[in-house]
Amino acid sequence: MSTLLQIHEPGETPAPHEAERGIAIGIDLGTTNSVAAIAEQGKPEILRDDHGDGLLPSIVAYTGAEPIVGRAAAEEQTRHPELVVASVKRLMGRGAADIKALSGTVPYEIHGDQQVGMVRLKVGNRVLSPVEVSADILRAIKARAEATLGQPVERAVVTVPAYFDDAARAATKDAAKLAGIEVLRLVNEPTAAALAYGLDHGAEGLYAVYDLGGGTFDISLLRLQQGVFQVLSTGGDAALGGDDFDHAIAEFVLREAGVQAPSLIDAKTLLVAARSAKEALTAAPKAELTFHINGKEIRQSVDLAKFESLIEPMVARTLRACRQVLEDAEVTAPEVKGVVLVGGSTRVPLVRRMVAKFFGRAPLSDINPDEVVAAGAALQAEALTRGGDTLLLDVIPLSLGIETVGGIVEKVIDRNTVIPVAKAQEFTTYQDGQTGMQIHIVQGERETVDACRSLGRFELTGIPPMAAGAARIRITFAVDADGLLTVSAQEKTTGVKAEIAVKPSYGLDEDEMADMLRDSLTHAREDMERRLLIEARVEAERMLLALDAALKSDGDLIRPSERAGIDAASGKVRAAMAGEDRDRIGAAVEALEKASHPFAQARMDRAMESALKGHSLDEVEASMATDRAE
Amino acid sequence: MSQSENERFNQSPEAGAVAPCWSCKQPVAARALFCHSCGAVQAPGQLDHFARLGVAPGFDLDLDRLEKQYLGFQRAMHPDRFVTKTAKERAIAEQQAVSMNEAYETLKDPLRRAAYLLERAGTTAAVDKDQTVHDPELLMEAMEAREQLSEVATIDDLEKLQVEAGAKAIDLISQLSKAFAADDLDAANRAATRMKYWRKFLEESRARRAALEDAL
Repeated sequence: MSTLLQIHEPGETPAPHEAERGIAIGIDLGTTNSVAAIAEQGKPEILRDDHGDGLLPSIVAYTGAEPIVGRAAAEEQTRHPELVVASVKRLMGRGAADIKALSGTVPYEIHGDQQVGMVRLKVGNRVLSPVEVSADILRAIKARAEATLGQPVERAVVTVPAYFDDAARAATKDAAKLAGIEVLRLVNEPTAAALAYGLDHGAEGLYAVYDLGGGTFDISLLRLQQGVFQVLSTGGDAALGGDDFDHAIAEFVLREAGVQAPSLIDAKTLLVAARSAKEALTAAPKAELTFHINGKEIRQSVDLAKFESLIEPMVARTLRACRQVLEDAEVTAPEVKGVVLVGGSTRVPLVRRMVAKFFGRAPLSDINPDEVVAAGAALQAEALTRGGDTLLLDVIPLSLGIETVGGIVEKVIDRNTVIPVAKAQEFTTYQDGQTGMQIHIVQGERETVDACRSLGRFELTGIPPMAAGAARIRITFAVDADGLLTVSAQEKTTGVKAEIAVKPSYGLDEDEMADMLRDSLTHAREDMERRLLIEARVEAERMLLALDAALKSDGDLIRPSERAGIDAASGKVRAAMAGEDRDRIGAAVEALEKASHPFAQARMDRAMESALKGHSLDEVEASMATDRAE
Repeated sequence: MSQSENERFNQSPEAGAVAPCWSCKQPVAARALFCHSCGAVQAPGQLDHFARLGVAPGFDLDLDRLEKQYLGFQRAMHPDRFVTKTAKERAIAEQQAVSMNEAYETLKDPLRRAAYLLERAGTTAAVDKDQTVHDPELLMEAMEAREQLSEVATIDDLEKLQVEAGAKAIDLISQLSKAFAADDLDAANRAATRMKYWRKFLEESRARRAALEDAL
C-alpha cells in the first residue's frame, strides 16, 4: 500500500501514536437518557443498540452482583424500587444540605447524615456516590460504543449543563475516569447543540439554545460566524426539568385522590405513571393514570388545561432566565435569528408556545432534541483529535469569588467571562500579627456567602507577623477550558504559597477517588474480557471475508465435499460470532482454518505455478512475501 | 495592518526582544507564538494588550478589526488545538489563550479600555477604585436620576430613563475619545468615572424593569 507522506505545520505534529490511540466519541450524559455518537469527516452518527435505539435510559439497577443499566433497569423500577437509581445527574456535586432543599422531589434514600462531602445513596446494602452511579452509566455507554464500532473506545468529549457549577463538573470528570474514559473536554450542552445545528445548517448570526432536560434547564445565547461559536451569555437552573413536571402531576393526583405521602415503592410507580401521562398529553387532551397506594388501585385523569396550569410557573421561570441572558449579552429578543430546542421536555406543547411568544418566533424543531447534544459532542471529539477549523469560545456560567470579612463575597471572576481565564486580586490581613488566612471560595451571583455555593476552603499559613493591612496576599483564580477552577494564593512580600485544585466541599477527596479506582479494577477484568471478545469477532469477520473472496476467484480448485465442509465451518463461525463466548469464536475459527486448509494449499500451488513461469527466484520470493502479508 | 500601524507596532519596546525557545533553545522573538526552529508553542510573555492582539495603541479602535485579530489568534492558540499535545505544550497554550482573552475583554469595552490606557500612562484610574466621587455635577445628576428610578411606575417611563442614560453613556465615549486625543488624562479620568456611574445606573434600571414586569 502506498501513502503520500504527510507533512504537518510546525508545532502541529500530532503526539506519537496519535493514530493508534483509537477513536474518540461524544457522550451526552443526561438526567433521563444518555447518548453516544461518533463523527467522521464532520458527519455525526448516533451509536445505536441492536434495536436501533440511540437513547440509553440513565437508570441503574443494583439487583445483582453487576449493575444493570438502561431499559432493563427501568423495568426493575416497579419491582425493586429500592434497588434502582434514576436521575442521578441531579445529585452530581451536591451535598446532603442541597438534597434536603430538594426534599420530596428526589426519591432516594440518603445514607448517613454527613455534613461535608458529596451525598451518598443507600441502595440495598450498597452505599453509592452519584459519581459511581454515573460511572456505571458511562461504562454501559462505552460498552455500547465498543460493540457498535468494533474497537476499544477510551477517549470522549462529555457534555455537561452549561449551568453546572464547579463541583458538578469535577464530579462528571471523576465519573468518566472511573469508567475508564479519558475526558478530552467537558463541553456545555447548549454549545454542543449549537455546534451540531450550526454546522449542519450553515447558520450565521445570533442563536439561542433553549435546553430543558429531565433535571436541568440551560439557556445560552451564541453568535455563529464563519466556524466560530461564541457563547455570549448563559444561564439557567440546575434543578429544574421535566422531572419536576412529573412531580407536579403526581402531587396533583395524590391531592385529588385524597391520599397521604406514599411509600417509596408506591411513589416510584406513581412517578412512572405521571411521566407516561405527561408524554400522552403532548398529543392528547386528556390522560389517565392508574397507580397503587397501599395495595389499593387508584385511577385519576389529568386534562391538558390542568397540566398546563400546573407547570406554567416552572416554564415562566425558564423565561426569566431567558430574559437575563438577553440582558447580559445586551441584545433584544428580535435580534435572535433562531431558537434551537434541546431536551425531551421541549416536546411539551406549552413550553413551545411560551418560548415562541417570548422570542417572537417559532422555535426550530427540525432537529432531534434528544440526539443533537451527543452529535455536537462527537463533532468536537473529532475536531480535538483529528484537527478542525471550528472554534468554540465558551464562558463560565456563575461568578467566582471569595469570602471577606462579614460574610461578604468579593467577586474575582464575573459570570459570562470567556474561558480559559485567570484573574488575580490582592487581599490583606485585618488583624495585627495575623499569620494565617482561611480562604473560602464560593460560586454564585449573590452578595453574601450563605446565599452562594461553597466550593472549598483552604488555608494560607506562614504569613510573617505584620501590622493589619500590611500583608499583600495575591489570590489567583484560573478556570480552564473545561470550566474547572484552580485557586492559588501567594503572600507577595515573603513569597509564601498555597495552591489547590478546587476539590470542592461536595466533591470526592483523593482517598475516596483512589478507593473507587481500586474497586473499578475489579471491573477491569470484565472490560478486558469484553475487549478480547470484540477483537475475536473482528478477527473472525476478517477471516470470513478473505475466504469468500478466495472462493470467488479460485472456487474451481476444491471438490464439492470439501466445499460443504468449509461452508459448514463458516456457518459455525457466524453462529459463534452472534454469541458472547470468545472461546467458542476462537474454536470455530480454528475449525474453519482446518477445513479450508486443503483449499489454501491448492491456491498456494496455483500461485506458485503461475509465478514460476519465466520469473527469477528473487521475484518469486518477493511475491510470496506479499501474498503472506495480505 | 496599515503602513503606519506596522511602524508603530514594530517600534514598540517588546518587538525586538529575543529569548531562547524552551524546547529547542534556539532564539525566538518574544512576541512569537511558535518557535520558527522547532515549531513548539511559546509562552505569552509580558506584552502590552494592544501589541498582543496586533493593533495600534489608542482609545479609538476599529472594533471589527480587533475582533478579527482576536479570533484569528484564538483559532491558533485555543486549548482545543492542543488536546493531543504534551502536557507542557497544553499548559503554555492555555496561558496564551488566557492572555488573549484578557487583552480582548479589556480592549473591546470602552470603559475598560479607558481604564487600561490611564493605567498604562501611569495614572491610577479612578474607575478602578471605589473612591468618593468629587464631581458635584455628577453627584447632582446621580441623585436626581436615582430618585426618578425609584418613583417610576410604568415600563414606558422606565424606558425613557434608560434611553436617556444610554445616550449619556454613548456621549461619554466621544468625550473619552477627545480627551485621549488631546492627551488630557484628567478629562479622560472624569469621563470614565461618569461612564462608570451611568453603566451602574443602567444595570439598576434593568433590575427595576424585571421587578416591574413581574408585578404586571
